[in-house]
Amino acid sequence: MQVEYKKEDKQLLLKIEEEIDHHSSGKIRKRADYEIQLHIPKKVIFDFTNVTFMDSSGIGMLIGRYKLASMLRWKS
Amino acid sequence: MKNVYKNEMKLEFLSKSSNESFARITVAAFASQLDPTIEEISDIKTAVSEAVTNCIIHGYEEKEGIVTIESRLFANSIEIVISDNGKGIENIERARQALYTSKPELERSGMGFTIMESFMDEVEIESIVGVGTKVTMKKMIKVNEHE
Repeated sequence: MQVEYKKEDKQLLLKIEEEIDHHSSGKIRKRADYEIQLHIPKKVIFDFTNVTFMDSSGIGMLIGRYKLASMLRWKS
Repeated sequence: MKNVYKNEMKLEFLSKSSNESFARITVAAFASQLDPTIEEISDIKTAVSEAVTNCIIHGYEEKEGIVTIESRLFANSIEIVISDNGKGIENIERARQALYTSKPELERSGMGFTIMESFMDEVEIESIVGVGTKVTMKKMIKVNEHE
Protein backbone atom coordinates (compact mmCIF):
# COMPACT_ATOMS: atom_id res chain seq x y z
CA MET A 1 0.00 0.00 0.00
CA GLN A 2 1.27 3.48 -0.89
CA VAL A 3 0.61 6.27 1.54
CA GLU A 4 0.55 9.98 0.75
CA TYR A 5 -0.31 12.65 3.29
CA LYS A 6 -1.02 16.21 2.20
CA LYS A 7 -0.34 18.41 5.21
CA GLU A 8 -1.95 21.56 3.81
CA ASP A 9 -5.32 19.82 3.21
CA LYS A 10 -4.92 17.29 6.06
CA GLN A 11 -5.74 14.67 3.49
CA LEU A 12 -4.57 11.05 3.72
CA LEU A 13 -4.43 9.06 0.51
CA LEU A 14 -4.15 5.29 0.80
CA LYS A 15 -3.43 3.59 -2.50
CA ILE A 16 -4.16 -0.09 -2.27
CA GLU A 17 -2.11 -2.15 -4.67
CA GLU A 18 -2.84 -5.74 -3.74
CA GLU A 19 -5.78 -8.12 -4.01
CA ILE A 20 -8.10 -7.54 -1.04
CA ASP A 21 -9.23 -10.69 0.73
CA HIS A 22 -9.36 -11.92 4.34
CA HIS A 23 -5.61 -12.58 4.23
CA SER A 24 -4.53 -9.13 3.02
CA SER A 25 -7.27 -7.06 4.67
CA GLY A 26 -5.70 -7.53 8.12
CA LYS A 27 -2.47 -5.92 6.98
CA ILE A 28 -4.29 -3.13 5.12
CA ARG A 29 -6.42 -2.44 8.22
CA LYS A 30 -3.36 -2.24 10.49
CA ARG A 31 -1.50 0.11 8.18
CA ALA A 32 -4.57 2.31 7.58
CA ASP A 33 -5.27 2.64 11.30
CA TYR A 34 -1.61 3.41 11.99
CA GLU A 35 -1.52 6.16 9.35
CA ILE A 36 -4.88 7.60 10.47
CA GLN A 37 -3.73 7.78 14.08
CA LEU A 38 -0.35 9.21 13.08
CA HIS A 39 -1.70 12.05 10.94
CA ILE A 40 -5.23 12.61 12.33
CA PRO A 41 -6.38 13.64 8.83
CA LYS A 42 -9.57 15.54 8.00
CA LYS A 43 -10.15 13.35 5.03
CA VAL A 44 -9.19 9.76 4.22
CA ILE A 45 -9.21 8.63 0.59
CA PHE A 46 -8.87 5.00 -0.45
CA ASP A 47 -7.64 4.61 -4.03
CA PHE A 48 -8.75 1.32 -5.61
CA THR A 49 -7.39 2.05 -9.10
CA ASN A 50 -4.88 -0.80 -8.93
CA VAL A 51 -7.06 -3.31 -7.07
CA THR A 52 -7.76 -6.31 -9.28
CA PHE A 53 -9.71 -8.38 -6.74
CA MET A 54 -11.83 -7.72 -3.67
CA ASP A 55 -14.26 -9.88 -1.71
CA SER A 56 -16.49 -9.20 1.31
CA SER A 57 -13.44 -8.93 3.57
CA GLY A 58 -12.70 -5.66 1.79
CA ILE A 59 -16.22 -4.40 2.49
CA GLY A 60 -15.75 -5.22 6.19
CA MET A 61 -12.37 -3.48 6.24
CA LEU A 62 -13.79 -0.32 4.61
CA ILE A 63 -16.86 -0.17 6.86
CA GLY A 64 -14.57 -0.60 9.86
CA ARG A 65 -12.40 2.37 8.81
CA TYR A 66 -15.55 4.41 8.05
CA LYS A 67 -16.93 3.70 11.52
CA LEU A 68 -13.64 4.71 13.08
CA ALA A 69 -13.65 7.94 11.10
CA SER A 70 -17.29 8.69 11.96
CA MET A 71 -16.60 8.01 15.59
CA LEU A 72 -13.86 10.58 15.52
CA ARG A 73 -16.03 12.91 13.42
CA TRP A 74 -13.68 12.99 10.53
CA LYS A 75 -14.87 13.41 7.02
CA SER A 76 -14.16 10.31 5.06
CA MET B 1 -26.99 -37.25 -20.02
CA LYS B 2 -27.58 -34.56 -17.42
CA ASN B 3 -24.92 -35.77 -15.03
CA VAL B 4 -22.15 -36.45 -17.51
CA TYR B 5 -19.21 -34.23 -16.76
CA LYS B 6 -16.23 -33.42 -18.93
CA ASN B 7 -13.62 -33.00 -16.24
CA GLU B 8 -13.21 -33.18 -12.50
CA MET B 9 -10.70 -32.05 -9.90
CA LYS B 10 -10.19 -32.19 -6.15
CA LEU B 11 -8.07 -29.87 -4.07
CA GLU B 12 -7.21 -30.14 -0.37
CA PHE B 13 -5.27 -27.54 1.58
CA LEU B 14 -4.67 -26.27 5.11
CA SER B 15 -7.05 -23.63 6.44
CA LYS B 16 -4.47 -20.84 6.20
CA SER B 17 -5.57 -17.43 4.99
CA SER B 18 -2.59 -17.36 2.61
CA ASN B 19 -4.30 -20.20 0.71
CA GLU B 20 -7.35 -18.05 -0.14
CA SER B 21 -5.73 -16.61 -3.26
CA PHE B 22 -4.27 -20.04 -4.15
CA ALA B 23 -7.77 -21.56 -3.98
CA ARG B 24 -9.57 -18.98 -6.11
CA ILE B 25 -6.79 -18.80 -8.72
CA THR B 26 -6.67 -22.61 -8.99
CA VAL B 27 -10.44 -22.93 -9.46
CA ALA B 28 -10.37 -20.08 -11.98
CA ALA B 29 -7.62 -21.85 -13.92
CA PHE B 30 -9.67 -25.07 -13.93
CA ALA B 31 -12.82 -23.19 -15.00
CA SER B 32 -10.93 -21.54 -17.86
CA GLN B 33 -11.25 -24.84 -19.77
CA LEU B 34 -14.88 -23.84 -20.42
CA ASP B 35 -13.68 -20.63 -22.08
CA PRO B 36 -15.60 -18.29 -19.74
CA THR B 37 -15.63 -14.51 -20.04
CA ILE B 38 -13.43 -12.39 -17.77
CA GLU B 39 -16.56 -11.43 -15.89
CA GLU B 40 -17.57 -15.06 -15.31
CA ILE B 41 -14.05 -15.87 -14.08
CA SER B 42 -14.18 -12.90 -11.74
CA ASP B 43 -17.56 -14.06 -10.35
CA ILE B 44 -16.17 -17.55 -9.73
CA LYS B 45 -13.02 -16.22 -8.02
CA THR B 46 -15.05 -14.02 -5.70
CA ALA B 47 -17.54 -16.77 -4.79
CA VAL B 48 -14.70 -19.23 -4.09
CA SER B 49 -12.90 -16.65 -1.99
CA GLU B 50 -16.06 -16.11 0.10
CA ALA B 51 -16.65 -19.82 0.68
CA VAL B 52 -13.01 -20.60 1.53
CA THR B 53 -12.82 -17.61 3.88
CA ASN B 54 -15.95 -18.92 5.63
CA CYS B 55 -14.28 -22.32 6.15
CA ILE B 56 -11.18 -20.66 7.64
CA ILE B 57 -12.85 -18.01 9.83
CA HIS B 58 -16.11 -19.70 10.80
CA GLY B 59 -15.64 -23.44 10.21
CA TYR B 60 -12.22 -23.75 11.81
CA GLU B 61 -12.20 -20.40 13.66
CA GLU B 62 -8.68 -19.79 12.33
CA LYS B 63 -7.38 -23.06 13.79
CA GLU B 64 -5.81 -25.71 11.62
CA GLY B 65 -8.03 -27.88 9.46
CA ILE B 66 -8.44 -29.10 5.92
CA VAL B 67 -10.49 -27.25 3.31
CA THR B 68 -11.62 -29.37 0.37
CA ILE B 69 -12.67 -28.11 -3.04
CA GLU B 70 -14.16 -30.42 -5.64
CA SER B 71 -15.11 -29.11 -9.02
CA ARG B 72 -16.74 -30.59 -12.09
CA LEU B 73 -17.00 -29.14 -15.56
CA PHE B 74 -20.12 -29.86 -17.60
CA ALA B 75 -20.76 -28.86 -21.22
CA ASN B 76 -21.99 -25.40 -20.26
CA SER B 77 -21.67 -25.13 -16.50
CA ILE B 78 -19.31 -25.57 -13.58
CA GLU B 79 -20.04 -27.09 -10.19
CA ILE B 80 -17.85 -26.18 -7.22
CA VAL B 81 -18.17 -27.91 -3.85
CA ILE B 82 -16.28 -26.35 -0.94
CA SER B 83 -16.31 -28.17 2.38
CA ASP B 84 -14.75 -28.22 5.83
CA ASN B 85 -14.90 -30.47 8.89
CA GLY B 86 -15.32 -27.53 11.22
CA LYS B 87 -17.92 -26.38 13.73
CA GLY B 88 -20.89 -26.20 11.35
CA ILE B 89 -23.65 -23.62 11.04
CA GLU B 90 -26.45 -23.61 13.63
CA ASN B 91 -28.89 -21.55 11.64
CA ILE B 92 -28.36 -21.64 7.88
CA GLU B 93 -31.27 -19.27 7.12
CA ARG B 94 -29.75 -16.62 9.37
CA ALA B 95 -26.26 -17.17 7.95
CA ARG B 96 -27.64 -16.55 4.44
CA GLN B 97 -29.12 -13.19 5.39
CA ALA B 98 -27.32 -10.16 4.00
CA LEU B 99 -25.39 -8.21 6.65
CA TYR B 100 -25.74 -10.95 9.28
CA THR B 101 -22.42 -12.03 10.72
CA SER B 102 -21.63 -14.17 13.74
CA LYS B 103 -18.28 -12.40 14.04
CA PRO B 104 -18.83 -8.61 13.93
CA GLU B 105 -15.75 -8.17 16.15
CA LEU B 106 -13.61 -9.33 13.21
CA GLU B 107 -15.11 -6.60 11.00
CA ARG B 108 -16.87 -9.12 8.81
CA SER B 109 -19.42 -7.52 6.52
CA GLY B 110 -21.93 -10.39 6.58
CA MET B 111 -22.03 -10.41 2.78
CA GLY B 112 -20.36 -13.77 2.09
CA PHE B 113 -23.38 -15.92 1.19
CA THR B 114 -25.12 -12.94 -0.47
CA ILE B 115 -22.13 -12.52 -2.79
CA MET B 116 -22.03 -16.26 -3.55
CA GLU B 117 -25.76 -16.16 -4.38
CA SER B 118 -25.42 -13.07 -6.58
CA PHE B 119 -22.42 -14.29 -8.55
CA MET B 120 -23.37 -17.94 -8.97
CA ASP B 121 -26.58 -19.44 -10.38
CA GLU B 122 -27.18 -21.91 -7.54
CA VAL B 123 -25.88 -22.05 -3.98
CA GLU B 124 -26.76 -24.92 -1.68
CA ILE B 125 -25.59 -25.10 1.93
CA GLU B 126 -25.50 -28.30 3.97
CA SER B 127 -24.21 -28.20 7.52
CA ILE B 128 -24.16 -30.31 10.65
CA VAL B 129 -23.08 -28.67 13.90
CA GLY B 130 -19.82 -30.21 15.08
CA VAL B 131 -19.30 -32.12 11.82
CA GLY B 132 -18.81 -29.55 9.09
CA THR B 133 -20.24 -27.51 6.26
CA LYS B 134 -20.53 -28.11 2.55
CA VAL B 135 -21.36 -25.38 0.04
CA THR B 136 -22.30 -26.45 -3.49
CA MET B 137 -22.32 -23.75 -6.15
CA LYS B 138 -23.21 -23.93 -9.81
CA LYS B 139 -22.67 -21.44 -12.57
CA MET B 140 -23.74 -21.55 -16.20
CA ILE B 141 -20.97 -20.69 -18.65
CA LYS B 142 -22.15 -19.57 -22.05
CA VAL B 143 -20.59 -21.56 -24.85
CA ASN B 144 -18.76 -19.35 -27.30
CA GLU B 145 -20.04 -19.60 -30.84
CA HIS B 146 -16.67 -19.73 -32.54
CA GLU B 147 -16.02 -23.20 -31.19
